Amino acid sequence: MSRNLFDKQSGAGANPLGMAVLSPALWLALLFVQLEKRPQPSKAMAYATPVLAVVLTMIFGGVLFAVLGKDPLQAITTIFWEPIFGEFAFFYRPQLLIKGAPLVLIAIGLALGFKAGIWNIGAEGQYIVGAICGAGAGLAFYPAESVLIFPLMVLAGALGGWAWAMIPGLLKVKFGTNEILVSLMLVYVAEQLLASMSLGLLKNPEGFGFPGSRNLQQYPSAHNAEIITGTGMHWGVVAALIAVIFAYVLLTRHSLGFAIRVTGEAPRAAKFGGVNPGRLVLFCLGISGLLAGLAGMFEVSGPSGQISIDFNVGYGFTAIIVAFLGRLNPLGIVAAGLLMALTYIGGDIAQSQLGLPAAAIQVFQGMLLFFLLALDVLTNYRVRFGKGETA
Amino acid sequence: MTDLLALRGLTKAYPGVIANDDVSLSIAPGEIHALLGENGAGKSTLVKMIYGLVKPDAGKMEMNGAGFAPTDPRAARAAGVGMVFQHFSLFDALSVAENIALGMETPPPMRTLAARIEEVSQTYGLPLSPDRTVGDLSAGERQRVEIIRCLLQDPKLLIMDEPTSVLTPQEVDILFKTLRKLSAEGTAILYISHKLEEIRALCDTATILRGGKVVGDCVPRDTSAREMAELMVGSTLATPKSAAHATGEVILSVTNLSVASPSAFGMALKDISFAVQAGEVLGIGGVAGNGQDELLAVLSGELPSAPGMVTFEGRDLAGIGPEARRGLGVLSAPEERLGHAAAPNMSLTENAMLTGAAREGLSARGLLNWPKTRAFATRIISEFDVRTPGPENAARSLSGGNLQKFVIGREVLQKPEVLVVNQPTWGVDAAAAAAIRQALLDLAAGGTAVVVISQDLDELMEISDRFAALNEGRLSDPRPTQGLDVEQIGLMLGGAHGIEVAHV
Repeated sequence: MSRNLFDKQSGAGANPLGMAVLSPALWLALLFVQLEKRPQPSKAMAYATPVLAVVLTMIFGGVLFAVLGKDPLQAITTIFWEPIFGEFAFFYRPQLLIKGAPLVLIAIGLALGFKAGIWNIGAEGQYIVGAICGAGAGLAFYPAESVLIFPLMVLAGALGGWAWAMIPGLLKVKFGTNEILVSLMLVYVAEQLLASMSLGLLKNPEGFGFPGSRNLQQYPSAHNAEIITGTGMHWGVVAALIAVIFAYVLLTRHSLGFAIRVTGEAPRAAKFGGVNPGRLVLFCLGISGLLAGLAGMFEVSGPSGQISIDFNVGYGFTAIIVAFLGRLNPLGIVAAGLLMALTYIGGDIAQSQLGLPAAAIQVFQGMLLFFLLALDVLTNYRVRFGKGETA
Repeated sequence: MTDLLALRGLTKAYPGVIANDDVSLSIAPGEIHALLGENGAGKSTLVKMIYGLVKPDAGKMEMNGAGFAPTDPRAARAAGVGMVFQHFSLFDALSVAENIALGMETPPPMRTLAARIEEVSQTYGLPLSPDRTVGDLSAGERQRVEIIRCLLQDPKLLIMDEPTSVLTPQEVDILFKTLRKLSAEGTAILYISHKLEEIRALCDTATILRGGKVVGDCVPRDTSAREMAELMVGSTLATPKSAAHATGEVILSVTNLSVASPSAFGMALKDISFAVQAGEVLGIGGVAGNGQDELLAVLSGELPSAPGMVTFEGRDLAGIGPEARRGLGVLSAPEERLGHAAAPNMSLTENAMLTGAAREGLSARGLLNWPKTRAFATRIISEFDVRTPGPENAARSLSGGNLQKFVIGREVLQKPEVLVVNQPTWGVDAAAAAAIRQALLDLAAGGTAVVVISQDLDELMEISDRFAALNEGRLSDPRPTQGLDVEQIGLMLGGAHGIEVAHV
């Protein structure tokens, strides 16, 4: 059965709405492109679309850079080549892990929810609250030294993120609120909380009045130091790897992962199969909040070092792109997280070396998600050229 | 008399299948012409070509002796062809008049339109108020909206696709009176149906399709239903044989069940009581939308009910969810195959896991055993003759009938103590339907209590030991099927929801 893009499959009724809106030229173009539903989702396309999206992003990003008066080829190589194989690669390569780990950690949690159709958009807020709780737990013991302090901070960070995500979760289950809106709005609440903490409760008493907490890098018991010096390998990277394995096993081998997948595919079938929708909402929001909180805690106690007003840099939002770029698949998310980290680092280099505006880099990253989602249609549909029948 | 519509050598091929192969037929003005055939025989493709939805590869059509090649439904309607589809395309939240206005090219002012609707509905004996909200209408009344929508355009040919599948016997009578009146006025009717007795009562001529080809014509009044069925199928039919015997031991009992519907346009269940014995088939008839979905959801455990309302072997099932009920032996198969009984984009193996996990031992402490699940899916496919390349195929790639065989097979093979099915053979062709009914009877013969909810009264008469009717959320007292005639059943079904039979 083929279907023209804009021809509604109307039954007895005519097609009452909207035909005249299309301009004649567009209408003509649409006559020659048809989407035909595949009987089976294409496996090959599911793997090919991320690669295709990256290629298209390079092409259109190149055009964008050219319009801005930069050499597109040089800009693209600066972003993708310089950090790994360039002159200063020894400095940039560890950065890949440092920037990639929080992205992967958060994206894994988000992907579990997204697969079930539960949209936690507020990972950034859970990341912030996790960082505050983790740092707070460590600083409470300052300057005492103990091997128990760091594990306690990990626990506090996880709990903080989890609790922040439980707010949209409980509201959704009890009152049917929209988790997208509630979780997103709680990001801004968390940002205010962060400002208040760095100006008040957690402010460094010896900081000469500057906002921001004590630097945890200078507090050995609380420092999330590199496990092997010079590699970028810190405990957050370990946690991300564990999360990837955990999610992979959950999704392929465990009944809870099966419940997540069925709920995303067909909620009524899931309910018929015995899934309790409310419990699944709490689990998915809880686990994504927990992992985001962990990511925040590892960041504040390691690479970032201190709670400050602008400590968060948007990992929680970028992780949404990473989750989709990785096809909501744990292994795909690892690749997507590293790729995203690469564009961050490469983008920084391009900014300083070529003078590209920061906004251009952000547009470049946004294109990636845009092309990926647009090409997604190819997994379930086949493109046909030429005018066919309408049915 | 010259033909109103003549089809000559129509051929339409899709990749891998010839839907229509050199089909010719002609319809005279005022003729009621039946189009018969199993699922996939090519009936839908043929009428879609007449209605301008599909373009034929070869052959031509003539209307009143002139060439007729509609490029879209609008052109077909302009030429005087109207069509009432099996599935209605109406908006629940809008009124009858608003729905009809939406389908018109240039709708007249609402007041004029309402008057026209009243007029047509009176003339043709289809009582319907233009101001009512469609969500509140019965299936029969919704169909009237569709018919009136067509009649407002003054069609010369009216195509009706399986119009009686959702009607009570009384509503069928009203419809037939309307159709006969239309025919007397010179409107030709092309009537698609599986129900042979209806065709014998209503139609002047019949064309029988099989595998896309015309395999015969007949005058239905002079041909027996069995002869027509065998022409359709191309072989002799096996009648399901019942070996079921109620043992007297009550397995499932429902007592004063009342529950609100979860959806705005659903039907609340009101004070329903019945008991099913081991080895018995209880048939529950009635038009869809009268509480069928809700009743199945209560029995499957999807819709919670108060304590004491549903008991299984003396055990209260309140608060026990679908998965735990399966563990006990209470299984079910909902009506909606895609999206409810099965997840469309998931493989058959994964869909076997959906309900088989507990009883087939497909998971242990939460860990899933995929090889065992694949073996279970393969067993369903082979024992129920599901036509598919293998268990790794997505559920949506199967035809409706094959997926239905898979869904029923999945539950039957788990050897349930109680099996509740809703519309087990809806949209399934005759051979597959017979196989499904036989499987249900075999299950009952093995001591399972079977509850069959269906709109197909012939089916219920054939397989059930006792019959009850569900109407407006209430259930009549179950009565033994033997000795019930169509009139009595019609009365049990609630006299067509108290709708007056208009005098034509």
